[in-house]
Amino acid sequence: MDFPILSAVTFTPLAGAVLILLIRGLTGAQLRSDGTEDNRVMYAGLIFSVATFLISVVMFLSFDFQGSGYQLVEEVDWFSGIQYKMGVDGMSLLLIVLTTLLTPIALIASLGSIKQRLTEYIVAFLVLETFMIGVFCALDLVLFYVFFEAGLIPMFIIIGVWGGAERIYASFKFFLYTLLGSLFMLAAVVYMYLANDGSSDIVELEKFAFDPGAQTWLWLAFFASFAVKLPMWPVHTWLPDAHVQAPTAGSVILAGILLKMGGYGFLRFSLPMFPDASVFFQPFVFTLSVVAIVYASLVAWRQTDMKKLIAYSSVAHMGFVTLGIFSFTEIGVQGAIFQMLSHGLISGALFLIVGVVYDRIHTREIEAYGGLVHRMPIYASLFMLFTMANVGLPGTSGFVGEILTMVGAFQANTWAAAGAALGVIFSAVYMLTLYRRTVFGKITNPALETIEDVNAKELLCLIPLAIGTILFGIMPNLIFDITRESSLHALAQLGGG
Amino acid sequence: MFDLETIFATIAPELLLAAAGLGGVIVGAFMGDRFNALSVKLGALVLIAAAGLSIWHWEGGRAFDGLVETTRFANFAKVVSFTAGAIALLMAEGFLRRHETLRYEYALLVIFAALGMGIILSAADFMTLYLGVETLSLSSYVLASFHRDSPRSAEAGLKYFVLGALASGLLLYGISLVYGFAGSTSYEVIAETEATLGFMFGMVLMITGLAFKVSAAPMHVWTPDVYEGAPSPVVAFFATAPKMASMVVFAIIMFTAFPQALAFDNWQIIIGLIAAASMLVGAIGALPQANLKRLLGYSSIANMGYALVAVAAGVQFGAGSLLIFMTAYVIASLGLFGGVLSMRRDGGMVENIDELAGLIRRQPGLATALTVLLVSVSGFPLAFGFLGKFAVLQAGWQAGLVPLIIVLLISSVIAMYYYLRIVKIMWFDDQAEAFEPVDGWVTLTIYFSAVISVALLIFINPFSELAASAAASIIP
Repeated sequence: MDFPILSAVTFTPLAGAVLILLIRGLTGAQLRSDGTEDNRVMYAGLIFSVATFLISVVMFLSFDFQGSGYQLVEEVDWFSGIQYKMGVDGMSLLLIVLTTLLTPIALIASLGSIKQRLTEYIVAFLVLETFMIGVFCALDLVLFYVFFEAGLIPMFIIIGVWGGAERIYASFKFFLYTLLGSLFMLAAVVYMYLANDGSSDIVELEKFAFDPGAQTWLWLAFFASFAVKLPMWPVHTWLPDAHVQAPTAGSVILAGILLKMGGYGFLRFSLPMFPDASVFFQPFVFTLSVVAIVYASLVAWRQTDMKKLIAYSSVAHMGFVTLGIFSFTEIGVQGAIFQMLSHGLISGALFLIVGVVYDRIHTREIEAYGGLVHRMPIYASLFMLFTMANVGLPGTSGFVGEILTMVGAFQANTWAAAGAALGVIFSAVYMLTLYRRTVFGKITNPALETIEDVNAKELLCLIPLAIGTILFGIMPNLIFDITRESSLHALAQLGGG
Repeated sequence: MFDLETIFATIAPELLLAAAGLGGVIVGAFMGDRFNALSVKLGALVLIAAAGLSIWHWEGGRAFDGLVETTRFANFAKVVSFTAGAIALLMAEGFLRRHETLRYEYALLVIFAALGMGIILSAADFMTLYLGVETLSLSSYVLASFHRDSPRSAEAGLKYFVLGALASGLLLYGISLVYGFAGSTSYEVIAETEATLGFMFGMVLMITGLAFKVSAAPMHVWTPDVYEGAPSPVVAFFATAPKMASMVVFAIIMFTAFPQALAFDNWQIIIGLIAAASMLVGAIGALPQANLKRLLGYSSIANMGYALVAVAAGVQFGAGSLLIFMTAYVIASLGLFGGVLSMRRDGGMVENIDELAGLIRRQPGLATALTVLLVSVSGFPLAFGFLGKFAVLQAGWQAGLVPLIIVLLISSVIAMYYYLRIVKIMWFDDQAEAFEPVDGWVTLTIYFSAVISVALLIFINPFSELAASAAASIIP
């Protein structure tokens, strides 16, 4: 048997977390003279997440891009026909790399801005990373469910311990909303496991033809879970709360990766396993997506809190993902996967951008800012880049995802595409308004007079994301070549796409 | 006429427990207070030995003209119950010593209760069953009021006794009606009797009595009060060993004495309703609780509801699931009550949930272990409890109990709220003072059950096969 590279990627962070806990448990937290906790533990955590990233690069290189189906498969029996089965295709490969890239970035961004309970912080992030990677690797439905759900606990703790003033409310809302959705999925998972003669292997379930009646409600059960996670209108209300209250790094992970699990779920389960129901519910999903795009954009426009604005913009951008997926065209699905990856980079970067000024001024109110360009020129240019990427300016990765999902949607339903196009205009309105009010104009807040530009640490976080945004904007084929197989696979049951 | 080998195979653990219990009474009478400290350790040893005997005679047997019959299914429950009883007994020692109530009667009562559990699990006749039920119940009443100087403990014991006596009466009345229609008290004969209306009337009365013993709604009202009032180590015992035994006996009676199609159709609905009521009452009732013991009382009501879903699924689908679910529940509960026992401050016990505030800062190991146990008992993935819930859902689906599955899902979300509230208090809130150190057995139990809960999630396969094989022994 080959070296279990996927297990290595998945469980390296967990091993790191256990090790850190043990060492800290034996030595106790070292306090510095000013009463803050010694942050060597942060570097220890960083080493493990960077190691994970490096292992994921090895995984990426050992993937056969000419091959088809799931690769790097590992199988071990778990119990009663349920397996520990891991494997990746092009789509999950890229999402894993996105995860392993964003986690160290999030941790670097937390250096210095998180001052208390560092051990727990680092452990929560590393544990969360394991579960996120596990979600994208799992090729067994029950295993997928375990990883999918398990991530809630560390995220709950991250929001609840290191969050803002309303953190308790936000963490409970986040947890219970997601749990309610997921439990319906659990019921469906058990049903499918039984229907498929006691096997929950995803590869086998894709071949299993559920009868149309069962498909309808199974689809709805999965939809309940993924729609909350994505999130789709009208079950998105947990997201602005969670984002606003979460620490910067939590927001980066939440927007960058956790939201993608919803889109991933649709492509991995809903389309291939319940094709009839997917077709049946297409108008329903289109309606929700267009409403999400237009409504969330309008709501974003009226926000006074920067993080909330970006959170609503995430809801709108996820609307494009569902639109693309449910267009059932190759171009639409390709666009949706691309949009997920691109949004992972852009929204992660935007939350970091907000975090930069929040660390200095300790407010997220747009009103408190203005004229940042006079004091922070590098910051202003990076902010400009990600603003434009979020608007969907050609040359950035945001453009490719939006245009392709709309082309896909246009083939399926002209009206839906027209509604989505409206959302693109609105996104320019709210993002440019945000940018103008914070960066341009005169400095009105005296606190901003002495504000310092981005430092090396922040650049280290933002530059990789900036490179990715531009690179994939100019050469989107780098992504498409890898995900084509997955897109066609997702559409295979829908009559060839 | 007496085939010793068969008798041993059938009731060896009960013989040991009875001998040890009676021997203990005599030794205690002579040694007096000098026996107190020794009795707990000896008692735990006897319980472990009884569990070992159950494993040794795993296949069981049938003796005394069918008055007792031990199956692998019963043996499985015996092993878990006796072990849980031993652990609960060991955890009690430090608490009893500090409260100056470390008396040898305590260990003897636990042993007699365990004897009752063994008898009901091996019963194949209502006469044997009733003897076992009373042995278990009477020991429990005394245990509940073991702190006889404390009004709370005395109140708990009295409440438990009055309501328990009523339930025993209902059970006995049910037995007499069933006997009237079947002409026998043997499960085997009853199973072949035509299920007439009067027969089922008796069956329903029996279900009522049994539902009281497992504290299922609407016969649950005693549970929160007894959990709150009785001494904590006693509650740790109540919540684990007798729960496991009574629930499995409930299943055995339903599966082997009332398998007639008509009876099954009826009891499936009744137990389904009881299960739904328990899940909802347990989940909603726990929401406003501030006392941890009371909250765990409601949590156990909800969990008994989940277990009853497996019972309602019928023997074919539910038997194996019931064993997995109940074992997961017992392991997590032992650890959680270990947590209750470690809440000591200023020389006394504290029971309010808020006392756990900021535990992660003071005792990170304890807080992490308790978090794992809460996750397990809530049935969230990451711990063994998830597989218990998975097994119950599986049984529910196979039996087509869709409404019950929906209630189960909804009550799980509600229940998650109060488990999360405890996690929140431990992790998010500002820290209160540290707890005073407790004895090693309690700490060991907490960590051990947390580790087992996670380990069994991963290495479940041998265990689930064992449960399946145990279940196969009562599937006709």
